[in-house]
Order: sequence, then structure tokens, then C-alpha cells
Amino acid sequence: MTQGPDRAGAAPKSGAASSMEAVPPSPQDGSFESLMVRVQDGDARAYKRLLESVVPLLRSLSLRALRHPHDVEDAVQDILLTLHRVRHTYEPGRPFLPWLIAISRRRIIDRQRQAGRERRREAAFAAEAETFRSPAANNPVVFDDSDLMAAMVNLTPTERRAIELLKLRELSLKEASALSGVSATALKVAVHRAMRRLRGLLGGQS
Amino acid sequence: MNGAPEMIETLVRDLRPVRRLAPPFVRATLWLLFVIALALAAGFTLGQPVALWHRLASPAFVVEFAATWLTGVSAAFAAFQLSVPDRSRNWAFVPMAPLAVWLTASGSQCWRALSAGGGWGQGAEPSCFIFVAGAGAPITLSLLLALRRAAPLEPVRTALLGALGAAALCAAALQFFHPFDVTFLDLGFHAAAVALLAGLAALLARTTRTRRG
Repeated sequence: MTQGPDRAGAAPKSGAASSMEAVPPSPQDGSFESLMVRVQDGDARAYKRLLESVVPLLRSLSLRALRHPHDVEDAVQDILLTLHRVRHTYEPGRPFLPWLIAISRRRIIDRQRQAGRERRREAAFAAEAETFRSPAANNPVVFDDSDLMAAMVNLTPTERRAIELLKLRELSLKEASALSGVSATALKVAVHRAMRRLRGLLGGQS
Repeated sequence: MNGAPEMIETLVRDLRPVRRLAPPFVRATLWLLFVIALALAAGFTLGQPVALWHRLASPAFVVEFAATWLTGVSAAFAAFQLSVPDRSRNWAFVPMAPLAVWLTASGSQCWRALSAGGGWGQGAEPSCFIFVAGAGAPITLSLLLALRRAAPLEPVRTALLGALGAAALCAAALQFFHPFDVTFLDLGFHAAAVALLAGLAALLARTTRTRRG
């Protein structure tokens, strides 16, 4: 009973899936099937290799169906998450790609629907339509980070590093501390001093 | 554009060994064995197996009875197949053939009963509806629980097939307790019970999917 429509459906037929013939991806070593079996057993290295090998395929499948780059990226991430969640449903001995493509098609359709809903509901913000009472407020102000970069030269190396990690890259204190090797308290003091000095240097312009 | 590499790192960190899902054919067989054994046990102990045996002399009834079982079994198989990503979506059409035979056979029996002078609802009782819906509900629930671990990509369609399977199996078991030909009213009760179960199952599947995000 499993052989009937089951096998027939294993071969992708339409749209996104047809790109499979054009771009046959291959993992660096080992077949997808053997990697996937190792993934089910909890092999993290096999998992990393497998996911990295399939991302270009997932991106090309998504690109065929979705127009906006951020939708494509969201779809790729949705597919990766679903793959992670349903990895126990892969049956060893069966081809891996039809399994992955079935998941991908579903998630791409979901993303298409969501993108369609968002387009119907949302309109792009038209900045030029906005006017304010105060004439100065109507001048378009574009944030110029060259001033900030110039002001950063006046900071000590520790302060500069603290600003970079905590404010520009928005890491947590714990992460920034682990990355820089500086204690969380020292980072907190450094970022506080740096902010005060930058405010002093840039204060006149804002 | 850096989302995917970061996500891969996170997923790799989160990786744990998983218990593989048995093939859908195996899971469907196990579930069906359990349900059919239950239905037969109830039918032979609490029902009227002798009356059923006598009715099996009629070829029209045999066709209807067999089509009912076949609808239940094939719908359950289809639901299990659809519960894993890489099986053909065409499995959803497999139970349609026995379903058509079942409905046609029941319909023609109703027509014969009506032509022979029986009323639209002679012998029909709301108890049929209560039986199919009442016994079907726990069976549908047990099927949905069995399918849940598989994480179907199309939960609503899978749940609808599951509910059809459960309701058809109950309708087949009902023949042990229902020793007369079906009437249009009976058919209506059956349809209502199947629709009720299917609707509840679909609603449950949709809610589960929304909660999972």
C-alpha cells in the first residue's frame, strides 16, 4: 500500500520544486541521507554540515516564489525551524531531498500567504507627506554617523570597545564581557563614561 | 541577510537525539488493529451478531458493509500517510472511492426501502447519531493523538481524513447494533455524525497549529 501513490508523490512536480534538477546540491562528505540519520542520533557536526549544504537550495527555492529578499530570508529560516521540529519524521532509507522539498514548499506557501496579507493590510510609509508645525522639524535630517565616528576617536580603547559591543552591536553585558575579556562591571563603567563624553562632544548638534 | 547562519548555530546548539517515527504504514496498522479489535469485541458481546450474519446473505448489504470498512481503513491509512512530509498528497483521494460506494449502496438501500412502502425514517433512531458521534469522538481523539507526534504539514486535511476514518469505522461497527436496512433519515444521521466529528477534528487541528505558531 505504501508503494502506490506514495512513490509517485516523491518526485516534485511543480513550481519551486522543479529547480531541484537545475541545482543539485551536495554536502561536502557523506550523502544527505547518511547525514540526516546521524542528525537524528544527535550528531551536531553532521547537522551543521547538512544545514549549511541545504541553505543555498532553500534560498533558490524561496527566490522563485517570493519577491522580497526579507521574505526569502524569512522563508529559509521557517524551513530550517520546521526541519528541526520534524526531524524525527525522516525515515532512514528514503531519499532526503523530497522530504526537505515537501517541507520547503509548505513553508514557502505559508510565507507567500503571509506576505500577501501584509501587502493588503500595510502601506509603505510616505515620509514626504508628513509636515510639522515647527519649520525646523520639516527639514529632512539624515543621521550622519561620521560625527559619531570622529567623536569616538576621543574615547579610550576600553570605552570605544564598550560602546561598540553594547551600543552598536547591542550585545548583553554578559556576552560583551565574554567577548572582550573585560568584566561586566568595568564595561558598565566604561560605557557610562563613554556615553557622557560622547553626549558632551555631540550634544551641540542634536 | 545574516539570519540563516545564526539560526543554524542556534539549531545545532539545540540538537538532541530524537526517537524516529515508525513508518506510517506500521503506525496505521497498529492503530487500526486496536480500533477494529475494540469494535468487534463490542459488536460480538453487546450487539446482535446473529442478525448481522443473516443480513450478510444480501449481496447489496455485503457491498455496503465492505465499503464502510474500506472507507474507515483507507481514510485512517491516508491520514497517517499525510502526517509525514514526503508522502504524496494524493493519499487524500484514496478513501473517496470506497466512500462513494458506501454512500451509493446506502442510498440505493434507502430507495428500495422507500419504494417497498417503508417511510423516510422507519426504524431510524437518533441513537444511530449518538452511537457514531459518541463512539467516534474518543476514536477520533485517539487518532489525532497518534498523528500529533508526526507533526503533519497540513493538519486540517489530515484531521478531516482521520475523522472520516473514525466515523466510518463506527458506522461499520453500528451494523452489529442496527439489524435493519438504512433509511434516508439514518443516512442523514450518519452524515451529521461524520460532519460533526470532522468539524471538531478540523477545529482542534487548527487550534493546535495556531498555538504552535
